[in-house]
Amino acid sequence: MPKGPHSQDHRWGNRAALTLAAAMAFAAILPAATRAEDKKFLIGVVELQLANPFFGKLEKAAVDTAKKNGLEVMTAEAKTAGDSATQIAAVENMINRGVKGITLDPANATALVPIVKKARDAGIVVVTTNTSLQPREAADAAYETDNFQAGVLIGQWAKATMGSKPAHIALLDYDLSDKTSKARHDGFLKGFGVGEGDPQIAGSALNMGNAETGQTAMENLLSAHPDINVLYTINEPAAQGAHFAIKKAKRDVLVTSIDGSCSGVRSVADGTIGATVMQFPDRMGQMAVEAIIKAVSDGAKPSGFHNTGTVLITDHPAPGVDSKDSKWGLENCWGA
Amino acid sequence: MTVQGPELHRAGVGLTGEPEGAGVSATPSLQFGRRVRRLFAYPTTGPLVALVVIFVVFSAGTSTFLNAGNMSLIAQQSVVIGTLALGQTLIILVSGIDLADGAIMVLGTVVAGSYASHASPLIAMALGLLACVGAAAANGVVIAWFRLPPFIATLGMYTIIAAGARLYTDSRSFPIDSDLLSALGSGPDLGAFTATYGMILWVVLTLVLGYALNETAWGVRVYAIGNSPAAARLNGVNVTRVVFSVYAVAGVFYAFAAWQALGRTPIADPSGYQIANLDSITAVVIGGTSLFGGRGGVAGTFIGTLIVVALKNGLTQAGIDSLYQEIATGVLVMLAVGADQYLGRGQRA
Amino acid sequence: MTEVLVATPDLAMQARGLTKRYGHVVAMQEADFDLARGEILAVVGDNGAGKSTLIKALSGALIPDAGEVYLEGQPIQFATPLAARLAGVETVYQELAVATQLDIAQNMFLGREKRKSGLFGAVFRQLDKKGMRRQATEHMQTLGIRVQSIRQAVETLSGGQRQAVAVARAAAWGRKVVILDEPTAALGVRETTQVLELIRRVRDQGLSVVLISHSMPEVFAIADRIHIHRLGRRAAVVNPTTTAMSDVVAVMTGALRPDQVASALPH
Repeated sequence: MPKGPHSQDHRWGNRAALTLAAAMAFAAILPAATRAEDKKFLIGVVELQLANPFFGKLEKAAVDTAKKNGLEVMTAEAKTAGDSATQIAAVENMINRGVKGITLDPANATALVPIVKKARDAGIVVVTTNTSLQPREAADAAYETDNFQAGVLIGQWAKATMGSKPAHIALLDYDLSDKTSKARHDGFLKGFGVGEGDPQIAGSALNMGNAETGQTAMENLLSAHPDINVLYTINEPAAQGAHFAIKKAKRDVLVTSIDGSCSGVRSVADGTIGATVMQFPDRMGQMAVEAIIKAVSDGAKPSGFHNTGTVLITDHPAPGVDSKDSKWGLENCWGA
Repeated sequence: MTVQGPELHRAGVGLTGEPEGAGVSATPSLQFGRRVRRLFAYPTTGPLVALVVIFVVFSAGTSTFLNAGNMSLIAQQSVVIGTLALGQTLIILVSGIDLADGAIMVLGTVVAGSYASHASPLIAMALGLLACVGAAAANGVVIAWFRLPPFIATLGMYTIIAAGARLYTDSRSFPIDSDLLSALGSGPDLGAFTATYGMILWVVLTLVLGYALNETAWGVRVYAIGNSPAAARLNGVNVTRVVFSVYAVAGVFYAFAAWQALGRTPIADPSGYQIANLDSITAVVIGGTSLFGGRGGVAGTFIGTLIVVALKNGLTQAGIDSLYQEIATGVLVMLAVGADQYLGRGQRA
Repeated sequence: MTEVLVATPDLAMQARGLTKRYGHVVAMQEADFDLARGEILAVVGDNGAGKSTLIKALSGALIPDAGEVYLEGQPIQFATPLAARLAGVETVYQELAVATQLDIAQNMFLGREKRKSGLFGAVFRQLDKKGMRRQATEHMQTLGIRVQSIRQAVETLSGGQRQAVAVARAAAWGRKVVILDEPTAALGVRETTQVLELIRRVRDQGLSVVLISHSMPEVFAIADRIHIHRLGRRAAVVNPTTTAMSDVVAVMTGALRPDQVASALPH
């Protein structure tokens, strides 16, 4: 039989060709489509007390870095200090939603360990910001201020500034069972070159890290030890409160602090605080997210402890201790 | 209906003049015991003794405690909680409790502080006063009219206002630059003893509230309601209105406390005074006012405040860990409440 | 059947046709009441007879659905207990309504505290404590009640003494009628006798007394007339000197019909 253009054989051939072409085209597009999906993945950012500008800046930096790299972000917040329950629930949520990475600012160093393990077992990269888990290796990596180093810096500065003058040190600590508080306290002592119970330490008192409790504690210490001339404070609000006590008692005290809030830097500029150490919450957020992106794209998981930076801010530099002045501080501070 | 012990029975001689109860011959030690008991029946005796003991112990243990400068310091450190506790006293007297007093005070400081920068100081203070009285009156409405239990109502209010103050200030503290707002922190120097206007105000406010409680009909009714709201109501007292007025008046004292706080620390700080509520309740209870209502008063609160502050001051000076301060305060509270129970005031209507 | 009203000022208090319903329950059904001036009228009745409802209507604690109340011949309506008090009708409740931690004088004047005259009273609202204590002492003495001090807290008084204070308070403020709800219910024998004597003195002062009681001996000891309440209304009024206790009880329970006892109602 002679075959014309609409013969059966022709149609089968056409169909085969079309199918093959479609398959090839699909095969060509598919990897690209998958790659685009790979590029846009979801991460979680778990923070604390976003009403506090420190944490607010941290979270913003994390979210901004994520968005800049085309990621989707889901955030969660524990509104009160120590509220690990909310964070645990948030991480569970994120695991379910299939995040590829989580940045976590743990409300409690031990309570979050099990859920972080669960996340890592599911292949999620988990890094901590601002403070780490106990043990630190429970997370892939930690991005935080080396609070011990921060304490060392102001201790060294105070010692260098005092020179050979006899020192009578007062310590305004926050609850020393808090990791950060203990680290700063220990660092200061090391930096200054004294051990616990050294006679150069005139007295110490606990406060709640705000102005009014700092003031009351300093008043009581000064009343008992009028010769105090060096002061370590847990943070700048406590130092600002202590300043009122110092002014009222008409004493001359070298005041040191840690945090690097803009309010604190202004206190350095006006002489209320002698020296403070700046933290960089935005670097924490940024570095943490960048580490996750690298891990997801290269497969190279981050590890270890990363100091996001400690810079001594003072307008009276001391020999042997690097510092920046308050002008620089005001350009790089966080908060208000 | 009533429990008659032999001691109480001696109180009356009967309706028609016959002596009641057999004459009990009392041994000297029994008599002394009775006299001591009677002395301690005054609600302020115990706290006064405790305060004296604290002063003696710390003076002996620390050479820097008993001097004019430190005494002035203790007084200055007392004015904020002391003023706050005056309002709390009123509320506890009517069997209520206010967990929001510190938060309301802080709200007052941030409201006044925020307006002081661009409005006249008087307006700023008036707005602070309004904020405090408004919040306290809201407590009063919920508790007096809607009959919500005070613990729960004020706990809710505390959460709302603490968060509100943070939202209002973006969680930031800011310094106060107004002489009027920080006026209570200054005062004449009497040698080594600085007498701040805040101290004087605290004493004056205590005397005024004491007068109101002891010399006016409103005061009698406050005690009556704390003792037995039913009895008060059956005698024509408008219990709802009096209870509401108690919360509203307390708000005025919270506003004064805010002024005191700014006088001491000229910074409006939403994260300050976080446990002022517990401190004020502690001062009231240690001062001998009964948590069940109807017994106690501002004299006791005055002493109780000094106890709480002197304890903290002395222990800090002695170099004793803050945590022991908290234990010491807690023990004192339990002693005070226990004494309240034991000293024969178990007969509540 | 409502008795014919003889509304004369001789009668301290009267009520006609008082009715009160709570849903389906009829607490008072066309109840009448007559209280002569200067008499002690005992109100008796079995549990559930409606005594307390009647008394509440007379003391202003309850507004009846229907019926009228007359005070010394004048029609009157008590919207609140306070209105009744202002009209001169004082009530001593079973719970006594005393604040135990306040003293006797303060309890006597609770809700009606007296202020000093002049500047201190008007501007500073200062109480006239001396004056109140003096008056309280006088009232207590007039009624022959002895206590150690007018300034002692009520919680230090015995049950009988507290009752006496409550009665004295009512007698002090009452201008026309004093209503006593089970005043000796919680008292022992001796204190009961003392309180009854006190009630007689209140009557002797010129007040008319309504006495609700469960105790027949007490009623017969003190009452001038006995109002028997049954099934939400007045069943009978009898004279204790001419009626036997058992007959009163019988009318209370319904064993005897009201017309089977001698009526002490005025005709």
